[in-house]
Amino acid sequence: MESWRLNKKLFASVAALPISWLLFFFIVPLGIVWLYSFGRNAGLTEVEFSGTFANYLRAVEPLYLEIFGKSVVVAALTTVLCLVIGFPVALAIVFAPEKWRPYLLLLVMLPFWTNLLIRTYALIAVLRTEGYANTVMSWGWAGASGLKTLVGLEPLPAWEPLELLYNNFAVVVGLVYVHLPFMVLPLYAALDKMDKSLIEASLDLGASHWRTINRVVVPLASAGIWSGIVITFIPALGAYLTPDLLGGTDSQMIANVIERQFKRANDWPFGAALSFILMYATFILVAIQSMRSKEGSAR
Amino acid sequence: MNQPERQPIIQIQNVTKRFGPLTAVDKVSLDILSGEFFVLLGPSGCGKTTLLRMLAGFELPDEGRILIDGVDMAKVPPNKRPVNMVFQSYAIFPHMTVADNVAYGLTLQKVNKGEIADRVNEALNLVSLGGLDGRMPDQLSGGQRQRVALARSLVMRPKVLLLDEPLSALDAKLRLQMQMELSDLQDEVGITFVTVTHDQDEALSMACRIGVMNKGEVAQLATPSDLYEFPASRFVADFIGTVNLFEGQLIVDEPDRAVANCPELGRIYINHGVTGPHDALIWVAIRPEKVGMAKPGTYRGRPDVPEGHNISEGRIKSMSYLGDITLYAVILDNGRMMHVSRPNISRTDQEDFTWDDRVTLHWHGSSPVVLLA
Ligand SMILES: Nc1ncnc2c1ncn2[C@@H]1O[C@H](COP(=O)(O)OP(=O)(O)OP(=O)(O)O)[C@@H](O)[C@H]1O
Ligand SMILES: [Mg+2]
Repeated sequence: MESWRLNKKLFASVAALPISWLLFFFIVPLGIVWLYSFGRNAGLTEVEFSGTFANYLRAVEPLYLEIFGKSVVVAALTTVLCLVIGFPVALAIVFAPEKWRPYLLLLVMLPFWTNLLIRTYALIAVLRTEGYANTVMSWGWAGASGLKTLVGLEPLPAWEPLELLYNNFAVVVGLVYVHLPFMVLPLYAALDKMDKSLIEASLDLGASHWRTINRVVVPLASAGIWSGIVITFIPALGAYLTPDLLGGTDSQMIANVIERQFKRANDWPFGAALSFILMYATFILVAIQSMRSKEGSAR
Repeated sequence: MNQPERQPIIQIQNVTKRFGPLTAVDKVSLDILSGEFFVLLGPSGCGKTTLLRMLAGFELPDEGRILIDGVDMAKVPPNKRPVNMVFQSYAIFPHMTVADNVAYGLTLQKVNKGEIADRVNEALNLVSLGGLDGRMPDQLSGGQRQRVALARSLVMRPKVLLLDEPLSALDAKLRLQMQMELSDLQDEVGITFVTVTHDQDEALSMACRIGVMNKGEVAQLATPSDLYEFPASRFVADFIGTVNLFEGQLIVDEPDRAVANCPELGRIYINHGVTGPHDALIWVAIRPEKVGMAKPGTYRGRPDVPEGHNISEGRIKSMSYLGDITLYAVILDNGRMMHVSRPNISRTDQEDFTWDDRVTLHWHGSSPVVLLA
């Protein structure tokens, strides 16, 4: 590793391509957008760089703060649900028989390899009024109604399909579905690394399974839990497609608002300011997480 | 040493454990007595750990029963058994201090804080770790970690302490010291210890009784000296210490004496009766330290051994000086190898055997052991 750094010419020739890629396609555009956020719309396609903070001031108006706050709540709820569902899943995979494990992991990974748009439309087919979820529930309803008449009672009233789509519920379901692998994989990695005899030692000392999970498994997997939380929360906070397709008029998240500024509202400076506020929030989260993990490894 | 109460605390009855096609433990029956230091000894993969894990409750027997203190353990989960285990890897919780590790089991019981602190201190002092209670496990040496694991189990005051190769991770010197400390500790606390090891020296030095295992079965159950001096089979004779084994047949078998004829070693006189089938194949085992070595022509025979018995000639092929003893490999005239060891009693050996010397080997009538299997 050291010798790599010493051989400067070789290092430069290998690193040149990725560095210039990063520079031209990431740093420079980002810089332009950053400059936009201090600009002012001057005509239909022109932006004047006036160094104003007006865009940022507008971004903290109650209307937008509310959408920010709502995005945070939705992303946090998604993260918590992913953790609650993902932890037992990861635990089950770790303790599954050796030969099953690759297949179980594959099941978790499979959605990754399917296009997000297709997955989201599939979810629409499940959740819509005549969708699979409602159909199955109506069968259950009909069955219950039939049973009641069988024992001589009044039948149930006709089945009213539930509104499962185009609301906040659908957005959270969609986000949990999309982000679950992000949670399961770091949890699996952390749990798999753990010395299994620690669990046996805890049981041997008289602890129940539940206590063992609380006092041994969770603390030892905490690094994995935190990275799972961060890498689930960040993309969930910036989610665009899921609220757009599954959400109703009141379930927009911040990314939808940003998109509208760049397109319909044609207010690039304001869109840029909103984007950067979202990015700063992400940076802070990542910084906290890396500080945490540094503390953990220093101990 | 305390005289252990002769009463089984653990009864293993006909226990069999299979992993797929492999039978890891095969119809094992043995009783472990209350207060004894019991060692399970055997080569790698013979099922020692599996048997120990069945005692702790981490594996369930496919057949047979295990009783601890008279209670059938079939339906008792690990966290409800009156035994505690010291794991081979120690399994110390890395996110807790030494004191929290030791207190772990007690905090789960309804023991008040003051008593927990007292008992943790007492346990740490017992394993001479007093003062290290605030340390994290990664700030401890291997030997200290082993003691934390020990204290964590001892503090529970179990009826039986199970130890899976507790010393295998330590260096030779520390291991020897810990062997003695473990024996002393067991004496002090009076808890039954069941230890697993594949190190025969460790087993011989610590155990009250040893169960030698081979391929899932118990080959012999005996005290260390009985195992060494009266092995029941070639496997045990060979596994415990070094041994010279020769095939032969019994030609005289009387109540007070026996003679075996070994084609590779001549006539072997034994000064006690043996119960063995006449003319059937038997084996004669002789330990290296029980073989005398003399310069050719100087051996005048032994009063209790008939002329021409218990004697053989050969040439020293190699020797290794180990400080306290010297080991010789002697090639007999018929080509067989015989191991001989001699204590280095004086600082210079007057007889001064060396490579390629011709020697006469001879042994007492009580030295050979006749083995039927
Ligand atoms: N969980 C398991 N699944 C399948 N086979 C196993 C399992 N545990 C043990 N075995 C097999 O059972 C046999 C006995 O294993 P065990 O661990 O009891 O041996 P051991 O006597 O403790 O050996 P060592 O001295 O190497 O620790 C071995 O052949 C091992 O491969
Ligand atoms: Mg083992």
